[in-house]
Amino acid sequence: MYKYDAIDRQLINERVEQFRDQVSRWQSGELTGDEFRPLRLQNGLYVQRHAPMLRIAVPYGMMNTAQLRKLAFVARTYDRGYGHFSTRHNCQFNWPKIEDCPDILGHLAEVDMHAIQTSGNCLRNITTDQFAGVAADEVIDPRPLAEILRQWTTFHPEFAFLPRKFKIAISGTREDRAVTWFHDIGLHLKEVNGETGFTVIVGGGLGRTPIRGQIVREFLPWQHLLTYCEAILRVYNRQGRRDNAYKARIKILVQALGVEAFSQLVEEEWAHGKDGPATLTQAEYDRVAAHFTAPAYAQVAGEDASFAQHRQDNPAFARWLERNTHPHRVAGYRAVTLSLKQHGVAPGDITADQMEIVADLADHFSFGELRISHEQNIILADVQEAHLYALWLTAKGAGLATPNIGLLTGIICCPGGDFCDLANAKSIPIANAIQARFDDLDYLFDIGEIDLNISGCMNACGHHHVGHIGVLGVDKNEAEFYQVTLGGRQGNDARLGKVIGPSFSAEEMPDVVEKIIKVYLDNRHADERFLDTFDRIGIDPFKNLVYEGRAHGKAKAAQTEAA
Amino acid sequence: MAQLIKNNAVTADTWKTLELAEGETPESVALPDGDIIFPFAVWQTRKAEIISRHKRIGLLLNSDDRVEDVAADLDYFIVIAVDFPKFVDGRGYSTASLLRQRYGYQGELRAVGDVLHDQLFFMRRVGFDSYALKDGKDVVHALQAGFSSFSDGYQASTSQPQPYFRRRA
Repeated sequence: MYKYDAIDRQLINERVEQFRDQVSRWQSGELTGDEFRPLRLQNGLYVQRHAPMLRIAVPYGMMNTAQLRKLAFVARTYDRGYGHFSTRHNCQFNWPKIEDCPDILGHLAEVDMHAIQTSGNCLRNITTDQFAGVAADEVIDPRPLAEILRQWTTFHPEFAFLPRKFKIAISGTREDRAVTWFHDIGLHLKEVNGETGFTVIVGGGLGRTPIRGQIVREFLPWQHLLTYCEAILRVYNRQGRRDNAYKARIKILVQALGVEAFSQLVEEEWAHGKDGPATLTQAEYDRVAAHFTAPAYAQVAGEDASFAQHRQDNPAFARWLERNTHPHRVAGYRAVTLSLKQHGVAPGDITADQMEIVADLADHFSFGELRISHEQNIILADVQEAHLYALWLTAKGAGLATPNIGLLTGIICCPGGDFCDLANAKSIPIANAIQARFDDLDYLFDIGEIDLNISGCMNACGHHHVGHIGVLGVDKNEAEFYQVTLGGRQGNDARLGKVIGPSFSAEEMPDVVEKIIKVYLDNRHADERFLDTFDRIGIDPFKNLVYEGRAHGKAKAAQTEAA
Repeated sequence: MAQLIKNNAVTADTWKTLELAEGETPESVALPDGDIIFPFAVWQTRKAEIISRHKRIGLLLNSDDRVEDVAADLDYFIVIAVDFPKFVDGRGYSTASLLRQRYGYQGELRAVGDVLHDQLFFMRRVGFDSYALKDGKDVVHALQAGFSSFSDGYQASTSQPQPYFRRRA
């Protein structure tokens, strides 16, 4: 994992002091609320429904155990004893006091953590695949370049006040797990004729206007990463719309110009910066890459006997192995996903006690490191098979071993109306109600792979558009309703889901999901996943059953009101 | 009047910016004497007249004025002011970068408009060298702390064309 050197550390310490000064000028009235707002947002500090929310960056999802223990400390000392991992490699605290935030940032800086650019109209935290460096299907480890991008985006003088937020994701595997098609810039690493580079995708995004990104450059040699991104950002900074926040994302600019004209503008801009001083050097790549070398793996000959025995004897352990562990490029190792999707708990939430248990597990079994996934789980990336049983027992005792990764109850869910100021509807209770309905593990396993994603508003923090089943909270006449989409997906074939029809009340949602599942189970061929069946039979059979003989949405609300 | 920071000090501003009153157009506005900063639209329509009457000429670029359209004229200007209509409108940073890095502008580059303490570090890095701080702000504190928020930057920029990774020991 990347270790800060003197300059990295100095900059985040200076950031703490800068923010302390900003808070103090705001308190004294020298900075007005309007002036303070964008500044605090660039420090991840929102003012939310009940209290401020502080969003802490976990660049490309990687953490060490000292950092996780520090988050536990912050959760206990300044919050209510828990934190929330979001879909964007961030840790959010929902109850800090604004005046405590400079101190919190000071504590975080001790372990090389910060809240820089986790919000606001600026270059945001870089994200990637949670299995980077260990994935069996990895072509190139994206982490060194993600770290180089982290540095480049940090306090970029020209791009600190963009028309809107700007998100970059980088993936190095054959199958894209970083949702690169739905970022402002998506970078897909590949090798062509022995040369490493990227396919550059621009203008994707979810939110109010969901759009799949488009390829602006089929192949960009890696040395040009920064100069090319600089060209994209400069075109966007100058030409992106600033008159309407809903039309300010780069996706709207790319749509308005057309991808070819946009690409042409970028190429013209890039011609000036190409091969300039910001061109990456092998020396810099090697310096950063040296931080991401493989840990001291044990040489494992054959399968561990006790591991095989436990798997055979203990169906619950076997089930967890099947869902929550993942192939590793090193023989005898697996990557483990600790589920933050225990039924009845807000997806992505973790208590301070659980953080410390996870830190202990990572220290004992995974070289003291962990990752956060955009599915809001924690990954211990390097666990020897022989240790899995002991790890599982502890994780199970701590409520972190629900074997539902990739299953219907492993729901991605934003904090919704319970916390978020933007939300139109609650999302956590919907997730919990669906989890309660599908509490039978055998049934859940039989249903198989399904991504269920819930967002409390069209900003789409729960990535509902790319859920196989997507749920979007909408506000109708000040009542909360839920719109359902089907067939969305991430990956190389990433697509937006299709809306099935009018929205439903909160109470209806478990029934609706159950009916969707019934259509799938009634129609599936052997070994067919939900998505495959959906692609084969189309949306109509789902619509027919879900809306069969029922008033829905507004009609239902009118009925309820009349009664 | 805005407080002008230049050469690490609060400085008296000898320049006046030509403002168009209601009903005036770039064609009709009277051109005053003295050290005047002319809006880009006035410069465009009255260039010959301005050049013949003024030895010292300033230019004001609004955030949607294109640097490209004035690139050939840069030798005429002693000062170019770049307007920040709102401090969150970051187009002026790109304008400054282009003026300095691409078009080699060497004269005074002044940030005007909604200029706050908190932008000074970034502004200096993209090439501004004078700053008309927004009225009512603590100019002394801004001078003490605004430029030194950070001890260095990772990126290549106008003030430091070598990115940090090329300067590592």
